[in-house]
Amino acid sequence: MRLEKRSHSSSAAMLLAPLGAVAFTLMISALLVLWAGAPVGQTYGLLLKGGFGSVFALSETLTRAIPLMLTGLAAAVAFKARLFNIGAEGQLYVGAMAAVAVGGLHGGTGFDLPPALLFLLMMLAAALAGALLLLGPALMKAKLGVDEVVTTLLLNFIVLLLVSLMLDGPMKDPSAMGWPQSVALLGDLELSKLIEQTRVHTGLLWAVALAVGLWALMKYTVLGFDIRAVGANPRAAAFAGVSVTRTVVLVALLSGGLAGLAGAIEVAGRTSYLTLDMSPGYGYSGIVIAMLAGLHPLGVVLGSVFVAGVLVGADSMSRVVGVPTYIADVIVATSLISVLVATLLTQYKVKLK
Amino acid sequence: MPEPVLTLTGITKRFGDLVANDHISLELKRGEVLALLGENGAGKSTLVSILFGHYTADAGHIEVHGKPLHPGDPKAALAAGIGMVHQHFTLADNLSVLDNVMMGSEPLWQPFTRHAQARDKLMAVARQFGLSVDPKARVGSLSVGERQRVEILKALYRGARILILDEPTAVLTPQESENLFEVLAHMVAQGLSIIFISHKLGEVLRVSNRVAVLRGGKLVAQASALGTSQAQLAQWMVGHAIDAPVRRPAKSVGEAVCVLRQVSTGAGRERLNQVSLNLNAGEIVAIAGVSGNGQVALAELLCGTRQVSSGELTFLGQAMPPHPAELVALGVARIPEDRHAVGVVGDLPVWENAVSERLRSPAFSRWGWVRRAHARLYAKQVMDAFDVRGGGPLVPARALSGGNMQKLILGRALMHPSLIASDSIANSSTNPAMVQRNTPRLIIAHQPTWGLDIGAVAYVQAQLIAARDAGAAVLVISDDLDEVLTLGDRVAVMHAGEMTAANPALDWSREAIGLAMAGVAAHSGAHP
Amino acid sequence: MTEFFDILANPAFWVAVLRIATPLILGTLGVLLCERAGVLNLGIEGIMVAGAFTGWLAVYGGAPLWAGVAVAALTGAALGLLHAFLTVGLALSQHVSGLGITLLATALSYYGYRVSFPKVSTPPTITPFAEMSWLPLPILAQQTAMTLLALLAVPVIAYVLFKTPVGLALRMVGENPQAAEGQGVSVARVRTGAIVAGSALMGVAGSFLTLSAFNAFFFNMVNGRGWICVALVVFASWRPGKALLGALLFAFFDALQLRLQQMNDVVLPYQLYLMLPYVLSIVALVLVARKASYPQALMKPYRRGER
Repeated sequence: MRLEKRSHSSSAAMLLAPLGAVAFTLMISALLVLWAGAPVGQTYGLLLKGGFGSVFALSETLTRAIPLMLTGLAAAVAFKARLFNIGAEGQLYVGAMAAVAVGGLHGGTGFDLPPALLFLLMMLAAALAGALLLLGPALMKAKLGVDEVVTTLLLNFIVLLLVSLMLDGPMKDPSAMGWPQSVALLGDLELSKLIEQTRVHTGLLWAVALAVGLWALMKYTVLGFDIRAVGANPRAAAFAGVSVTRTVVLVALLSGGLAGLAGAIEVAGRTSYLTLDMSPGYGYSGIVIAMLAGLHPLGVVLGSVFVAGVLVGADSMSRVVGVPTYIADVIVATSLISVLVATLLTQYKVKLK
Repeated sequence: MPEPVLTLTGITKRFGDLVANDHISLELKRGEVLALLGENGAGKSTLVSILFGHYTADAGHIEVHGKPLHPGDPKAALAAGIGMVHQHFTLADNLSVLDNVMMGSEPLWQPFTRHAQARDKLMAVARQFGLSVDPKARVGSLSVGERQRVEILKALYRGARILILDEPTAVLTPQESENLFEVLAHMVAQGLSIIFISHKLGEVLRVSNRVAVLRGGKLVAQASALGTSQAQLAQWMVGHAIDAPVRRPAKSVGEAVCVLRQVSTGAGRERLNQVSLNLNAGEIVAIAGVSGNGQVALAELLCGTRQVSSGELTFLGQAMPPHPAELVALGVARIPEDRHAVGVVGDLPVWENAVSERLRSPAFSRWGWVRRAHARLYAKQVMDAFDVRGGGPLVPARALSGGNMQKLILGRALMHPSLIASDSIANSSTNPAMVQRNTPRLIIAHQPTWGLDIGAVAYVQAQLIAARDAGAAVLVISDDLDEVLTLGDRVAVMHAGEMTAANPALDWSREAIGLAMAGVAAHSGAHP
Repeated sequence: MTEFFDILANPAFWVAVLRIATPLILGTLGVLLCERAGVLNLGIEGIMVAGAFTGWLAVYGGAPLWAGVAVAALTGAALGLLHAFLTVGLALSQHVSGLGITLLATALSYYGYRVSFPKVSTPPTITPFAEMSWLPLPILAQQTAMTLLALLAVPVIAYVLFKTPVGLALRMVGENPQAAEGQGVSVARVRTGAIVAGSALMGVAGSFLTLSAFNAFFFNMVNGRGWICVALVVFASWRPGKALLGALLFAFFDALQLRLQQMNDVVLPYQLYLMLPYVLSIVALVLVARKASYPQALMKPYRRGER
């Protein structure tokens, strides 16, 4: 099997590629639905309705999309600089911990600041916590050549244990009767709802604003150029005067900060306290979303709504038809692989020897 | 009349829209050395790659000893007795000489390796052809000449009777090249036939029996080496008569712009050891030497990507700041050795590459935001002034051909943007003061014409001479001796991190340079 | 302090060390084969989950234990074939392909388990491998045959890598693929073979968890062991003997922290002990980083015949 570069990629191919990917994904998941003994059409219908079919469904989807947008952005900016940050999951949790530390532990007895200021402080602390967590592996890569994939991954496990430790001790909620959760945030610090009677909160505005901001940064600023140059060709970037180490550090701060914010916004907008299971793998899903979006910040917004819709839809579908919710993860993973293959096929022809 | 051992008939190969080989028919006779000549992009490497099975031809066929050769399969080529010594050695640094040579010679399903037999065979072959090697040595620790020997032995070990050598003397000193020619004569005496690719015309006429010239993918001429002149070869390669490069001596030499005093830096292969050099305004200093003797360290030092360990490096009287952006702002123009890997970021558009080294200056950014309109205008004007073709400023830089990419790099180095007073680009879109051709104070050109066709080479060399005449101090590092002697007002030679004195070009003979390249000459002379 | 030596003196401790090390040995050898051929395989975590599930499912369905191991190996090989198709055939990013496969394999396994056992409160069990009590050696006698398999795999892999033509070809393909191609070796075939073989080993490593160490399939069973294998390969400088050493060392600390938790005078929270293996992996990576001699073509995609 051999690849041959196409002399010109036809616009027809560029359009067919994502469609082909979607079709292939639906085919594979249809097989899985059949294995579960459920009717394919009805299952897909419920999936769609559960994710997008009503105001309530949409609100649930958007709620789920908020942390995905932020972890997606975190992955997008890091991968663009070829810093493979797989640690967004851990950075999310340390962000949540920092948020609770600033906004919950000292309610009434500690920081006596007006809520607006305290809120900003809380967000800043969360971003800083996430940023510092990624800084270690980033510097290890820049200075020692240690592969950041493994170090960021291992840190995820360490952070989760740390959260468990905190919930057992310093951050324990005394009124929760043994349930592993932290003290709650001050009520004033919670994010308000966007739509009444739903869970969608103003964190959505934050996430979209940050997406637009990241897009502008990458396209219009000197730092954006530095990041893209270092990701594409670090030697040439260094020759042109870009400080590679400084750029990697800034990318780490940005990426870790965004993931940390994801944790804080989840606490402030959805849960109000820190728990061990508050993130069902948002950090990892963010990576998938970033790849699906071609590392484009605005694409991440769309991609996270898509993935959130599938996850939410699968939950509601499962209650009716009984197909396990893991089908959502299969759909997402298969989409990723088929989109990658389809995109490649628009640029290369496959020749069988 | 010796019979043909190799016959190519009607070989054609396309890459997309580019016709790399166009109906080429060629014969190689037993015991003959055939030189394959042509400019970069003429199709020589493609043709031999097809011969060796790296590529498959779109049309045509090949016969070895009268039997057809199965296309696209290096195993078939090896079995037919064809061996190839690649220009960029295909060796695994982390493995031993013996491992490199014997890999692939035993069937993969065999559950054991015959180490002892392989070693004995290797030593026998080495003795037969006069090449000495240590089978246990790790290839990464060998010198360039030794590595080439391993590369040759790989082919001979497999019983090659037809040997293809792709630019073998590109990385050798004149004396090492002589040794190689002796080895080739040895091989021919033992009945091997050789295809020899080179662009060094003098060498070609010395070593080969016959010459075949490719141009634009077509075979345009074949002749016996005896009775053909270099000028005739050059004319065949280019398609029209060309004048020999003319030496134009410097008119007036000014003050020292950049001074190295006993500078040492780096370690291992890329190091400088107490190097002293003066670069004066209005003068070209050319550094000769085989690549890998510290030239990269010297270039990186002067381009701002490497620091001095000991000694003094000054620019216009002050210590030279090790920051590329600062150097560019101070008037240093830099042309790196490898335009693809270092000169441009291939994935980014041409206009971003055009301003990449000046992005932090007020001309192209404000408060961290890029002034895109200004940058694009500058890029367009650079492309117009230096005839950069291949798409507009918006195409990715990797879409440019080698020559155009080099012209872009040259243009951005030599063209200095003036400070924009007003924000309105509408005013300045036709304002010639937007871009000025201020002559840089210092030009560092590292292999500036490598891989370019003759037309582009002449263009680049003319630009460097013009800059010198306008008062720039120019440093040219080149492993092409002809270029060094054509361009250099003064010439120095590098070997193993040390540099001879930079004496006037007319004081050097080719022999003396060759000896210095091999590290034999004493370091004398009054001109640092 | 004496309690510490008591732990070491107890043979049950060393039995645990060897048991904990077994999946790590197999997984690390699997990664080693892939990386020596120049390909990073981040699918290991998912492949181990898939191997654990399919091997166990086969035995639950009535197959003998070794057949279950074979099924796990085949599952790993199939996933490895996918990874090879994406990274060798299509030259896609090795990082992304591997992570995609981990996600896919894990999701498929969990889905398959839920579909097969929709309403169980306690996980269904099988009869796992028995101890090798017929062996006259201490500590080894309390292991199962799969541990013996893992220990034997080390010298076998070492022999193949360093004393056979295919092993030399595999190493060459990971150092300089152009050189391999130029001597008549198909880079694509050798790399695919290495990835498939390595992934089969990873599948077997996963099946050890469900067929030997435990007797049921749990969610989050693999719990990062795959990633630790990736770290251990660097620590082992891509050599099978050192891989065995690294796995044993890691298992030593893992077994130790379990027992330290049970000590009477423990003042530290148990989570800190659980963190120890992961922290040590990172430390090991940092210590080895400077002198790591990577296979030179690792992670560089190779496109044959492209200009």
